[in-house]
Amino acid sequence: MTGTAALAERTYQLLLSVRFWRGAVATIVFIVLWEIAARAGISRVPAPSAVVVTFNDLMRDPSYWFSWYLSTRRVFAGFLIAMLVGIPLGLAMAVSRAFYGVVFPVFEVLRPIPPLAWVPAAIIFWPTQELSIMFVTFLGAFYTIVINVIGGAQTIDLRYYQAARSMGSSGWDVFRRIILPGTVPSIVVGATVGIGIAWAVVVAAEMISGGGSAGSMGGAKGGGLGFFIWNSYVGGSYTQIVVGMISIGVAGYISSAALRKLGEMVTPWLREQ
Amino acid sequence: MKNLEPSLAAADANVAVRDDAIAVVAQTSDRPSRLEAASYRLGQWLRSPRPYLMLIGFALFLGFWYLTVEVWKLPRFSQMPGPTAVISEWLSPDPTYGLSLYSPEYYQHIWVSLRRVSIAFLLATATGVPLGLFLGWSQRFKDYVFPVFELLRPIPPLAWVPLAIIMFQGSETPIVFLTFLASFYATTLNTMLGVESIDVSFVRAAYCLGAKRQQVFRHVIVPGAMPFIFTGLQISVGVAWFSLVAGEMVSGQYGLGYLINTSYTMVQYPTMVIGMITLGVVGYVTSAGVRIVGNYLMQWRARELAMGGDK
Amino acid sequence: MRRPSKGEIRIANVVKIYGSEEVGIRAVDDCTFDVPAGKITVVVGPSGCGKTTLLNAIAGFHSITSGTIHLDDLMLCGPGRAQADPGPDRIVVFQNGALFPWKTIVENVAFGPIVQGRLPRKEAFDKARRMLAESGLHNLESNYPGEISSGMRRRVEIARALMNDPKVLLLDEPYRALDSLTKSVMHEALLEVFDRNQVTIFFITHDLEEAIFLGHRVVIMTTRPCRPKKILTVDIPHPRDYSVLTAKRFREYLDETVEAVHEEALKAFAAGERER
Repeated sequence: MTGTAALAERTYQLLLSVRFWRGAVATIVFIVLWEIAARAGISRVPAPSAVVVTFNDLMRDPSYWFSWYLSTRRVFAGFLIAMLVGIPLGLAMAVSRAFYGVVFPVFEVLRPIPPLAWVPAAIIFWPTQELSIMFVTFLGAFYTIVINVIGGAQTIDLRYYQAARSMGSSGWDVFRRIILPGTVPSIVVGATVGIGIAWAVVVAAEMISGGGSAGSMGGAKGGGLGFFIWNSYVGGSYTQIVVGMISIGVAGYISSAALRKLGEMVTPWLREQ
Repeated sequence: MKNLEPSLAAADANVAVRDDAIAVVAQTSDRPSRLEAASYRLGQWLRSPRPYLMLIGFALFLGFWYLTVEVWKLPRFSQMPGPTAVISEWLSPDPTYGLSLYSPEYYQHIWVSLRRVSIAFLLATATGVPLGLFLGWSQRFKDYVFPVFELLRPIPPLAWVPLAIIMFQGSETPIVFLTFLASFYATTLNTMLGVESIDVSFVRAAYCLGAKRQQVFRHVIVPGAMPFIFTGLQISVGVAWFSLVAGEMVSGQYGLGYLINTSYTMVQYPTMVIGMITLGVVGYVTSAGVRIVGNYLMQWRARELAMGGDK
Repeated sequence: MRRPSKGEIRIANVVKIYGSEEVGIRAVDDCTFDVPAGKITVVVGPSGCGKTTLLNAIAGFHSITSGTIHLDDLMLCGPGRAQADPGPDRIVVFQNGALFPWKTIVENVAFGPIVQGRLPRKEAFDKARRMLAESGLHNLESNYPGEISSGMRRRVEIARALMNDPKVLLLDEPYRALDSLTKSVMHEALLEVFDRNQVTIFFITHDLEEAIFLGHRVVIMTTRPCRPKKILTVDIPHPRDYSVLTAKRFREYLDETVEAVHEEALKAFAAGERER
């Protein structure tokens, strides 16, 4: 079957399945209840119908999309640096007992401090607010990536090492061909979770730090999605808050899904037969 | 070749459970007493290179901090408080900024944060564990409920801050709600995965032996998912602190997050660092607490791991 | 001394296809044979040939596509009823063991009668202790399965099954993961248990020597899709012990069957069967 035909077939099968409809029904019920609660004035929650209207308006507003851009940039910058620093660090810790013994205790002591607690310190330290927000998203992803890399290297079956050594591989060879590929699945897991955490962090960091210097460029709606939500709250447009929340949810979901797909492509040997 | 020996990490990963395991085993049979086992382990630890490497690590870290901030006074670093400033403030009976180990305010902040986390965590556990168990056990229930759950999950708890403030009265409830949300998701998900990870042979064996559906749930699913549930609870505590801090920094009074934010705005930087460190310590202690409770409730697992986990 | 229980299984024209008719995997094809009551029937065949599918069908874990399976007068599965209900008349002992790790040994063994409501707790525990004592395992009763060796776990699992007076014991390569020294002890233990209880045993393995040593009847299956290729009646009287292995009759049976098994193993190898 060609690509589109296969997609059509799968969609058709999906629409036939009981399970899909159960989920759909529950979701519709949920939205309806939400609408009713909002109209009844329970706890001032904005109604889904109003949210949709606002969403329509915002779609045409370039500063909204600029917020998307800002947040995405901050998340990915922090995330990439976390990968660049975290993966080698994790591997070094997994491979060398001495290095692990020196670095891991300090790492474990710093880890329970939530990344957001670093926001004020980061603002003091880094010259621009942009950098301080990126630092915090870096922290968010960094811990998870390192922990997953170490965990992944630990689970590599000792027999793979032994097999390679008995076939005459040098230390570097073993590292390149056994440890590295063996750790890749864990790196993928760490990355997928880490980017989720980075999104969670960026939202709060933007709220706390007031959107960064770029915020003034974008006007009231610029400054990143977190800032957008906070500003909407301050400005009293509650429907915009909900739009902002959903936007972040979507953004986070897309990034995680994209990373997972990337991960699957990079690890063909894990595919089920 | 040194590099190929199982790393310290591998040993450390199990040490936490194994330590508690040895404690449990020692307690319940005529094997070496707890004290004997503990002093043996301490002796072993002191003889290994580990404590010394750890000291080197901390020394390097503190040294770096001290040198960059107080000695060399590097450009950006000099604005940060140095370790001596922080420690002297922390330990001083008459602190410059009014907060130290001796001031009751300090403990007030800790208590407020702890109280919020505990309430949120307990609520999240009470709702998340049963929900997770049902999601894992009944495909039908999962079909209805899971899509809505998954739809809401990508929204970071922290994005709920303004909505929570709008929806709930007062300043305490929104913060507790946020913390609860984050914890709730982590617990439910891990519990559900725990149920789904139970080896199907156990379920089949129970049916073979004549158990009915509710009995299988009670005797196989619930105990079988426990290890996963507790791992989830440890994660859940961590996530709770994460969200609590955000909530406290944005709104509310008292609490460690609030302390950090306020000391920053009032340019009381050593106090800010004290707050950060305290957060780390308290977070670690609560996580360890959950782990210890788990090991106590699951003696079978503790003993299994103590035996080397023979499969 | 217990009377031999009934427990004859009749498998007739059973077909099992995973997936759809055209493109599915045909695991079992027109398989017919009997498992006589009160005897040990061993099913041998190359890996992946479908023997476990048959066992799962009898136990009620999988459905069948067509054919019938009867246990005495009861139709377990057949037309109108694709899947049997699992129950204590046919108890499975699993390959990797399924003792509940979170219950002690005695709690495990007493599980069946308690959960069926047949015995109150105290009596169930007493009976469990007696059964464990019979197999010499009574000093393990307060341990957890994670604390004892795999061999002992298997024996406990069998005791747990027998507590329920099953008609049939279904064993799915239970000794596969054990070393050969432990295995030989397990074989003798199993035969001892059989002599006491005379329950029907349906045993799957791919170890031919194990099959001939244990079985009254050995059914050799073809490679996938499986059906009986050859059925052998082993005429060595029970009770048997290890001296049987070197007996002439044993060697003769082995000669008779080794070629048949080898032929199927080669076919399976050529077809690239993945080791399960």
